[in-house]
Parts: sequence; C-alpha cells; structure tokens
Amino acid sequence: MTILAVSRLRSGYGRIPILAGVTLGVGEGEIVGILGHNGMGKTTLLRTLMGYLPATDGSVQFDGRDITRLSPTARARLGIGYVPQGREIFATLSVAENLRMGCLRQPDADQTIAAILQDFPRLTRLLDRMGGALSGGEQQLLALARCLCGAPRLILLDEPTEGIQPSIIEEIIETLLAVRRRRPVTIVLVEQNLNFIAALSNRILILQKGEVTREIPPEVARDRTMIDEFVGMA
Amino acid sequence: MDLVGLLAFNVVAGIATLVLITLGLGVIYGMMRVINLAHGEFMMLGAYTAVTAVDAGINIWVAMLVLPPVLVGLIGLLLERTLIRFLYGRIIDTMLATWGVSLGLIGLTTTIFGNMVRAVPVPVGGFAIGRYGASLFSLVIIAAAIAGLVGMLALLRLTKFGLILRATMQNPNMAAALGVSPPTIYMATFALGSALAGLAGGVLAPVSGISPSMGAAYISRAFITVLGGGPAIITGTGLASSLFGTINSLVSFETTPVIGDVALLAAAILMIRLLPQGITGRFLRRSL
Repeated sequence: MTILAVSRLRSGYGRIPILAGVTLGVGEGEIVGILGHNGMGKTTLLRTLMGYLPATDGSVQFDGRDITRLSPTARARLGIGYVPQGREIFATLSVAENLRMGCLRQPDADQTIAAILQDFPRLTRLLDRMGGALSGGEQQLLALARCLCGAPRLILLDEPTEGIQPSIIEEIIETLLAVRRRRPVTIVLVEQNLNFIAALSNRILILQKGEVTREIPPEVARDRTMIDEFVGMA
Repeated sequence: MDLVGLLAFNVVAGIATLVLITLGLGVIYGMMRVINLAHGEFMMLGAYTAVTAVDAGINIWVAMLVLPPVLVGLIGLLLERTLIRFLYGRIIDTMLATWGVSLGLIGLTTTIFGNMVRAVPVPVGGFAIGRYGASLFSLVIIAAAIAGLVGMLALLRLTKFGLILRATMQNPNMAAALGVSPPTIYMATFALGSALAGLAGGVLAPVSGISPSMGAAYISRAFITVLGGGPAIITGTGLASSLFGTINSLVSFETTPVIGDVALLAAAILMIRLLPQGITGRFLRRSL
C-alpha cells in the first residue's frame, strides 16, 4: 500500500524554482533513499513534503488524503515526523524535555519515553543535560528519538550523518534498523553518505535538477564507480 | 534599629513593585521579542478596571486581583489576533503599532473617564515597625509579586503548556513539526503577558494616581528591568528587580523619589554597559 504519493510537485524559494515536477511513491514500511548533489533539491523536497514550503504545482497525498495545502502542524498531527538537517534540538530544554515535546500527543509520555529509550541507551544517562550541550551525534540521536516519540507513520529524515563522527554513524544505522524491526515505520531518507543510504534503503531515487531521474537498488550505491556512472557522486 | 527595619521593608516593597510591573513585559518582550510600547497602558487599563469595579460596588479584592487580569488578558488576546500577529519578526513595525495602540488607549480612556486622577481606597490599614508606621498594603504587593514569580515559574517548569511555550519561543518551526500550533501559542502567550500587566495595574491601583497617562510612569522602568534581567525571564526579573529596586528605594529614602529614579537609570546604563546580555545572559544561564 502506498502511504506517500507525490505527483509533479513543484516548489522553491520565492521566485527561484527548485523542484521541477517531482513524482514518487513510497510504500508503507519502506525506506526510500533520496540521493543527489548539493543544490538538486533534496532538502527542498523534504521541506515541501513537511509543509514549510508551499507547493506551486502538483500534489502530495498521505495515506490517501490530499495534504498539499496543509500546515506543518496539521501534517505532524496526521502522523508525519520530521528530523531536519542540523537536528534543530531545543537547545535550552533538557534531553528529557526535548523528548516530552515529541510526546505531546501521546496519552502517557513517561511510558512512551521509556519505550523509545530502549533503542537509544546512550540518551538514558543524558536526560538532565541541556540539548545544546550534547555532541552532534548525541543531538542526532535525540532528534530521532524525539521524532519517534510521536509514533509517526512516516519519517522525513534529512541528512542525519551530516557533521557526525563515523562511530556514531554506525550507531545511528543500527538504531534505525532496530527501530524498524520494532515498529512499522516508513522513512524517506535524504543522505549523501553512500554507505549509510545503502545500509538502510530498500531503494534509492536519484534527484537531479529538481526531478527524480532514476531509481537504483541499494547495492549499486555501495559501488562508488557505479554511482559515478549514474550521477557523478563519487 | 526601627529605621533599618522600616527601610528594609520599603526596599522589599520597592522590589516587589518592580517585579509586578515587569513580569508581563518579561513574557511579551523577554520571551516573544515583541517590543510592546503599550505595556504601561495595559497596566493603566488594569487600574481603571479596578477603580470602575470598586465604584460599581464589587468587592475590592475581586476588583483588584481578579477582574483586571481577566479583562486586560482578553484585550491582549484581541490585540494579538487583530494586529500583533501580522507583525512578528518586524521589530520597528511592532514598536510603531504598539505605540499607536498606547496613544489610542490613552485617548479612549480620556474620552470615557475624563482627564482626572482617580483613586482606589487602600483596603487594609497599617502596622508598626517600632516607632514607625508602615502600610499593610505593601505586604499585599509583596505577596502578589511572589505569587506572580512563583506562579510563572511553576507554569513554565511544571506544566505541559509551559514546556510547549518555551519550545515554541525557541524554535516555532520545529515545534510545528511536533504538532504544536505556533500561532495559538503566540496568542496565548501575548494574552498571558497582557493579563500580568493588568494584574500589576490592579494591584498597584490603591497606591497609584489613576489617570489615562499613568502608564508612562511604568514603561521605562519595566523595559530597563527586563533588559537588565536578561533572557531568563523569571530569574532575570527577580534579580534585576532586586538590584534596581534596592538602589531606587535606598536613594529615594536618602534624597527624593526623582533622584531615586535617576539612580535607577544610572545603574541600568552601567549594567547594560557591563552585561549587555543582562544578568542571566552571563550568570545562571540554565535558569528560567
């Protein structure tokens, strides 16, 4: 079953068009990677899917419902989670308070947080620390955990390895795989780290000049020469 | 010794007065970054609510402590919906708009009530500190200030609304991605700050000359205290009020209230020179 259907989506910043008619579909439970050079529209795509940027044309359907004109708040309440580039942790809130912000619509926040922390043991000993005092990797884990607290059906995950040390990248991969084993979650993953995207994705879409130009299996992303041939990423 | 006791009591009352007049602005400017030049007029509306209610025969405690925050909070909510919400992030436009609102409120109040000074009777008597007499009503002001600070601290620290408010003020886009409606939170926060200004006007009504232009006496002190306090509105308001209130009260006692205000302004200028981010911008950064 298709949970996200994007059709001829156009968007941009003011008069500058970035997305030039993106069409894609994501099945429930899938992890779909989006790969592309800087400036090709990966982050713009996620920001448009989340409702931060208005679509100038085309449509977005989530779980069969047209959400093209809905606000980010309304999309979040429908079950779309967003982990932005740069994490955007609430710096002056503690780790526990950041997690509580993710649990606003859950009937029992304490129980939800306890369940989520099973997949994020590193955060357990940091609960009283300010979000802004964490390392980049810890903030990324917190951003993921905060998003999962809302029990989203679809997660939009934007460059989770950006500026993160390699050991934490491995931990994030393992955490996401563990999360996926526990919960039926669908992920649209924008990433430039080829190993990361290959390790997690069921399939990978190549975004060029604001359009999805082709789809490749994840094993191709592990072969840098193949990627070089496809999109000049190597 | 009696004189020291009286002086200490007056200093504490002065601090409490400063806390009361600052707390609402701390919410609206300190948290929302909206420069509300109508803050003094919100206090004036609170005072007029109290005096009108007392004249109508309503219990004086209800008239001072309940009606002003409710009415001015509603006025703030209406103002936010019709004007302020279109101006977030536009500091100069907000200043001009709220200045216009302040002039409008002064004009409207003058038209309705006339340009005369009115008064609310002081509801309690006095007590003795040794050979000197002191007003029991100062204890009411102190209690109201403590209740305001503790109440705000509890709201921000212990409630879900407080958590959402702090997060939304820090990053509204991210809060929206977690299901929060930032416009609703902004509206509620502005109404809360307005209600606190109304409460201050109501509580201080018995010790103020109530006139349409009375807000001008409060606005500069409120801004100075908020700026001096820094980003943590509760701790900052408490500390800056203590510092400036002490200086103001002591100098006023030794000289005149006018010189006391000059001393307060001088202390504020010195502080902003030494601590441009305010007290909690340098110290106690983790506090609220």
